[in-house]
Formats: sequence, C-alpha cells, structure tokens
Amino acid sequence: MALAAMQSVDMQGTMAPKLAVQKLTLSNFRNYVSARLDVDQGPVLLTGENGAGKTNLLEAVSMLAPGRGLRTAKTREMDRAGGDSPWAVSATVMSTMGEVSLGSGREPEGERRLVRINGANARSQAALGEYVNVVWLTPQMDGLFQEGASARRRFLDRLIYGFDSAHAGRLNAYDKTLRERSRLLKEGRADAAWLDALETQMVERGIAIVAARKTMAERLNLVCRKADGPFPGAGVAVTGSLEDWLGRMPALQTEDRFKQALQENRRRDAETGGAAHGPHRSDLEVTHLGKGMQASLCSTGEQKALLISIVLAHAKLQAAELGTAPILLLDEVAAHLDADRRAALFEILLGLNSQSWLTGTEPGVFEGLLDRAQLFRVANATIERIDNNN
Amino acid sequence: MNEIEQVIQLLSRLPGLGPRSARRAALHMIQKREGLMRPLADALDRAVENIRICATCGNIDTHDPCSVCTDPKRDDTQICVVEQVGDLWALERTGAFRGRFHILGGVLSALDGIGPEDLNIESLLSRVGPDQPVKEVILATNLTVDGQTTAHYLTERLAASGVSVTRLAHGVPVGGELDYLDDGTLSAALKARHALES
Repeated sequence: MALAAMQSVDMQGTMAPKLAVQKLTLSNFRNYVSARLDVDQGPVLLTGENGAGKTNLLEAVSMLAPGRGLRTAKTREMDRAGGDSPWAVSATVMSTMGEVSLGSGREPEGERRLVRINGANARSQAALGEYVNVVWLTPQMDGLFQEGASARRRFLDRLIYGFDSAHAGRLNAYDKTLRERSRLLKEGRADAAWLDALETQMVERGIAIVAARKTMAERLNLVCRKADGPFPGAGVAVTGSLEDWLGRMPALQTEDRFKQALQENRRRDAETGGAAHGPHRSDLEVTHLGKGMQASLCSTGEQKALLISIVLAHAKLQAAELGTAPILLLDEVAAHLDADRRAALFEILLGLNSQSWLTGTEPGVFEGLLDRAQLFRVANATIERIDNNN
Repeated sequence: MNEIEQVIQLLSRLPGLGPRSARRAALHMIQKREGLMRPLADALDRAVENIRICATCGNIDTHDPCSVCTDPKRDDTQICVVEQVGDLWALERTGAFRGRFHILGGVLSALDGIGPEDLNIESLLSRVGPDQPVKEVILATNLTVDGQTTAHYLTERLAASGVSVTRLAHGVPVGGELDYLDDGTLSAALKARHALES
C-alpha cells in the first residue's frame, strides 16, 4: 500500500475535491470581537504587523480539527480578554464528503470544548477529524530539534492523527495508566496485582503507539528521503528501547519484554517518577541526508527546511492515500526562507489539493504567489481583503 | 428559605435536574399535591426506612440478602461482576442473565485515591472459594481505562480460585452498521470473530 501511495504521489488527483475553508467566522476569539472571512480554495495570505491577529486566525482554523490547536492552549485561554461570552469559531468547509458546516467553542459554564457539525452537537471533538485535518508550522517549532523529545513526539503524533484517528485515544489512555502507576509507586503501595493490571494496559497501548509511529516514519521516508527541489531529503526514524525491541523481535515478544521491563524497574521508577521504558521516552530523529548530518547539528535555516520537507511529505502522502491533503497553516514560514526555497514552497503548495494559510508581515514575502492567491491585511483585529490581481 | 424553595433546592441536586427543571418538577407536584406529592413523599419516607445494601453482593434492595441473591431459580454457578447497581439493572432488563451478581461500587483509580480496599473485592473473593458452587465469574466492568484496569486486577486476584474468568465481548453492536463504527471497535470485533455453525 505504501509503495502504491508513493507511485501516485506525483500524479495525485486533480479529481478529488480540495479540502478548503470557504467561510470562517470568529466571535470573542483571542483579540477578535467578531470577524468574518470569505475565501476560495486557493492559498490564503495574511499580512500585517506583529500582534495584529494573524496567528489568531490560523489558530481559529486549527480549532476546526480535534485537539488543542496550534498554540496547545487551554479552552479558556482563547476567550477574548474582557469579552462577555465564550469564544466560538465556525466555518463552512469543503471536505471530501462535500460541504459541511463546523463549529466549535467553549461551553458557557465550563472548560469543555463544544463541537457542532451541520448544526447538531457532536459527541466529541474527535468527530471533527472525519472532515478536517490540519497540520501547522509555527515559529515556536523552530527549536524542535534542539528542545526535549516531547515536542518532537507531539509533532510526529499529530502527523499520525490524519491517518489513524484512534491514535489520540491510545495516547490518552496510555498516559492515564502511566500516571496511575506512578501514583501507586510514589505512595509506596506494593499491590502487585494492581500494578500488574496497570502495566498490562500500558503494554497493550504502548506497543500499538510505537507501531503506529514506526509505520508513520516508514511511510514518511518513502516520500521525504528524496530532496524536493531546494528542500533537503530528510531521513526520519523513531528511536527508543521499545523501537529497538520491536525491530529485533516479533510484536508479541516485544510485549512480554516491555512488561518484564516495567516489572523490573518498579523500584527505580518509584524514585524517579515516570517509567524507564515506554513510548513516552521515544524520540524522533531526523537526518539531513544530503549532508549526512543530524538535524540538531544543522543550521537554523536548514532545520526549518527539514521541517518543511517532512510536513510537505506528509501532505503528499495523505493526498495520495486519502484523496486530500491536510489544510496547512504556515505561520511566518515564508519570511525565513531564501528566494529559491520560497518560490519552490509556493509551487508545491499550489500543487497540493488542499488549502494553505500563510502569514507574513509584508506582502513582499509572498512575491510569486500573489497573483494566484488571496491577500488580506490584518490590523487591530480587523481583516481587509486587498485586491492583488492588478 | 420557605418549604417550596427548599423542595426546589433539594430537587436541583438530583442528577439530570438543574434549577430550571427542578422548579418545573416542584410546581408540577404542588399542583398535584394529593395525587402525586403525598404519595411520593410517603414512598420516599418508606424507602429511606427500608432500603438495605446486600451484604453478599452490594445490591440495593429492601432485604438483606437481596432478592437476586435469595432467588432459588437463579444459577449459583455464575457471578456477573459490575461497577454499579445501574449496571445490574441494565443487565436485568435484558433478561438474558440468570446467574448471581456482584457490585464493586466503583473502579480502581489511583488518581482518585480509590484502591482495592474501597471496593467490594474481598467479598467477591469470599464467594468463589473451593467449597462454593461458583464456576464462572463474568467481568462486566465498563470499557474505560479504569474499568479495564479493574478487570485485569480482578483476573489476577481470581486466578488462584480456579474459577473460569470471562469478560463481555467487545465489538459490533446489534443492529450496527460497520460504516459508522470507530476503528478501535472494528478491530476489536475482527479480533474477537468466531466461526459460524452450519
């Protein structure tokens, strides 16, 4: 299946409908009292000074997908300061299943995020994933290869959501059992049966998580090992003790090995908190293949280019396998690329069958894309369309 | 606070009722004072006096042991373990199970400070000894993380007793369409497939 996907990447469908926001409305969201944006399927370019509210618009789009959005904010943090009602974002979206109206917002008396699909309440935000998948690159991710492994795991896990909607549920369940076990160990409760019960669950979910990440890395490699124009070829690997074991022995044996490791390390884990082994210790390792160099040792610009390579590879994979690429939110990405890479990025974005949203302080950074995109000026939480076709 | 306000305030503490629906319920009762309110008050009064928690299984009834535990027509060789009395009621509505029950009174949760000693687990173990008629324990805890942890825990604790431990099947609901099922349920159903008898 992965190979078939590879072959069709280059001839991906002009037949499949684009995944695109058509209308976006915000109320009491971040610095917006209310705002409305009508856009077509082409790239959406948002320009304006720092603090004008460009990234807030990207965040609003990210709330059309499951999760905590591009700033991983708590629900209440997205309320407008001094606003008198909770935030809400709604949109009309063209999806693979046709036009759908999606809405989300904070529940009036609480922290929960409500989701509405075609005017009816959805049971959970996971339902949004059936229609919309969003992937983003933000300036905060520039240090991804320098930071701790947890940010890199989150990055990889988000790429998996588009292919495997159960992945988020498995991660949550694993995390809960891990915390339960840590609590028991910390309290010094030596209830072997209870610990066993928790560890059995950690093993079941943990191996599934590791397997999903491994599959994702293998599929990404099929596409991103090859340099795409000025974007470097990237080698992607997930590392960790579980990944090692899974590479050397069958899954069932890996489960036993993981179970044994958890049992053996109870005393150690009680002292350090957490657990010595598990998918919460895995890391995403990226290599600049052209230079044969680890991403963390590359220059800042090269690291950014590697990240873009991976995100674009993921979008192409998803387009080939699922018929549509995710909506791409690229915050301040263009400004940090040289002219060659910028032009190449724009060409690739135009070739993907999904909408992309880009921000930049000046329209100048979008040179080459302006006549094929829709340009907006954002200032003081108001959005104004600029006629850029003349 | 007068009596009417007190009724409203108490009603609003019931699950599923907010202040608005509590006011509506109170008003409805006040309008039917003799036909509804007094019988309800009397029934509540009698219930408070007579409700017993069954020392054997944890069920709620007006006798201890409860009517499920004392029913001579029920099968002594099977015990179905559930989290709450509401789960027992749900299984009883099906009429499909004629064995005995055991109510845990919750699930294990280290984060909420609920351990084995807070649940009716010792009483369950005492019901499956070698001199007892029980042959099968059916674990019917919820398919939540905590429910499953509890099921694993009970499996381990019951292992020594030699009874067979089973759990409810996971998979396609009756009348369900595959198209609408989530991936996790579908893969569980595939894993638990069984041969059709011809």
